[in-house]
Amino acid sequence: MGMAIDRDDTQFHVLAVDDSLIDRKLIERLLKTSSFQVTAVDSGSKALEFLGLNNNDADDDEEDEQRDSNTESVSSDEDQDHQDLGLGVNLIITDYCMPGMTGYDLLKKIKKSSSFKDIPVVIMSSENIPSRISRCLEDGAEEFFLKPVQLSDVNKLRPHLMKGRSKDIDSSHKTTSTRLITSGN
Amino acid sequence: MDLAALKTQLKNFVQSMFEEGVLDNQFSQIQALQDSTNPNFVEEVITLFCNDAERIINEINRNLGYQNVDFSNLDSYVHQLKGSSSSIGANRLKLACANLRQASDERNKEGCLQALQLITCEYCLLRRKFQALLHLERSIVELETNQK
Repeated sequence: MGMAIDRDDTQFHVLAVDDSLIDRKLIERLLKTSSFQVTAVDSGSKALEFLGLNNNDADDDEEDEQRDSNTESVSSDEDQDHQDLGLGVNLIITDYCMPGMTGYDLLKKIKKSSSFKDIPVVIMSSENIPSRISRCLEDGAEEFFLKPVQLSDVNKLRPHLMKGRSKDIDSSHKTTSTRLITSGN
Repeated sequence: MDLAALKTQLKNFVQSMFEEGVLDNQFSQIQALQDSTNPNFVEEVITLFCNDAERIINEINRNLGYQNVDFSNLDSYVHQLKGSSSSIGANRLKLACANLRQASDERNKEGCLQALQLITCEYCLLRRKFQALLHLERSIVELETNQK
């Protein structure tokens, strides 16, 4: 049992992804100034690794969903494991242009993942290319920031995070009450 | 020189860099992120930037030394340098990068070499000024620490 809500309700955790050392330092400082907890990594693959997904997991999630529907669990424990491994990431902010996996590739992988598709993703880019911007937004990015990112941009993140937080509370309330019913048998 | 005078000197020095177009408003944003919890932020960013810029300029130099220039590789380096310059507010250096980008797009080796010369010039100027700036900053910190 024990579905205790042990998330730290006071701080949001942002995962920042950027191959540029300077930009990582800047985004980290901007986020910390806004009282976010920050983990900064230098590539999309490191980001997936941090979340507990490797490049293959993102595609395997369809198989996981099949398996879960056959068991009796009311919440997917595997989802919870993945979430715990991801150390409660509430938002991902990523650079677009990175060697290997682009920010767009990362966005797609996150949105394909059953564990992480609800985590808001924000894309940053130094290039103002309208078709790039609309493609990212259409494919699930919450916001698109032009670099250099400003404090005023970071302030736009909180509403997306609050939305996610209330969703979390709703789903864990559901889980808690359902478990109470089953344990009453 | 007393603390107030030093601070004024620093402020005027940075102002002159804005007026010359060497720096733009992004640098003010970086200064604004420095506070008592992060007292060395500006210095850290400048140091990171200079190390990065020198690495990239050397790479670009090396690339242009080959008979057959790998222009897509060059593109990647210019993109990085332009990005860093933009992030720190190094306005003139950022503009010089645009020149190199243009020449690289045109696969114009000679044009690239000229653009690189300009970049090197702008970078050297910027680095000299950053060194003076940091010297002032450190003097201020020293005075402030001694006064405590």
